[in-house]
Amino acid sequence: MADESLSETNQVDTYLDSLLESADTAEHLAVDVARAAGFQEEELHKLGMAVRESVVNAVVHGNRYNAKKKVHLLISNSRDRITVTVTDQGQGFDLSSLRDPLAEENLLEQSGRGIFLIRAFTDEFHIRRLVPSGTEVKLVKYKQTVV
Amino acid sequence: MSAKLSSRQVGDVVVIDVSGRITLGEGSSNLREGIRELLAKGNRKILLNLGEVSYIDSSGIGELVSAFTSSANQSGQLKLLNLTKRVRDLLQITKLYTVFEVFDDEAKAVRSFV
Repeated sequence: MADESLSETNQVDTYLDSLLESADTAEHLAVDVARAAGFQEEELHKLGMAVRESVVNAVVHGNRYNAKKKVHLLISNSRDRITVTVTDQGQGFDLSSLRDPLAEENLLEQSGRGIFLIRAFTDEFHIRRLVPSGTEVKLVKYKQTVV
Repeated sequence: MSAKLSSRQVGDVVVIDVSGRITLGEGSSNLREGIRELLAKGNRKILLNLGEVSYIDSSGIGELVSAFTSSANQSGQLKLLNLTKRVRDLLQITKLYTVFEVFDDEAKAVRSFV
């Protein structure tokens, strides 16, 4: 018998402009798919924020607002999870160069919490640098079972 | 809806009532400008009422931190009032809950300023 969790259906496959408004669009799309899949309200909030932060990173740090570059958003839904992939066309970055936002010396830094929050609000977080350019971020959020 | 701010004077404390979303862009710049103007006018006791804030992203958290440090750098105090559960959770997981003074009671918060 096929594993249903592996038979994903693409719900959203779209290219977004390198604008901050694209974060709103992506957040709403992901939340709509997750709501239709039966995710609970708090999980919707966490997924929405993780997607927002990912798209903001893609627009601001990846594509640097370049109107010629797009953000590819792919949202897949399966029985027990939502998978969201956000890909930019930027130069990529080294994950190990990020500061620890929880370190005492960084607590009062104005920025640097985006990826930390994405990790905190999702069940899986994968990031990879693409060749010749671009960064792909994949988020997975599992549906919580209501007891 | 991006963040909307309105301020009122309670004794020598300025209470800023914030509503809406504090996210990268208009929401966070509204907050930044509001705090900057208050400090420029000489206000040094600022109470940020976040009771009607529905959403804060990492940029919004950064603006709260920036408001806190800007106030402190000008010998001021900035405290938080009426956090929603989501905002409180965000401050806890980012360890900022220990940085800010947080109140649920406005009168008590106003009295706490020295």
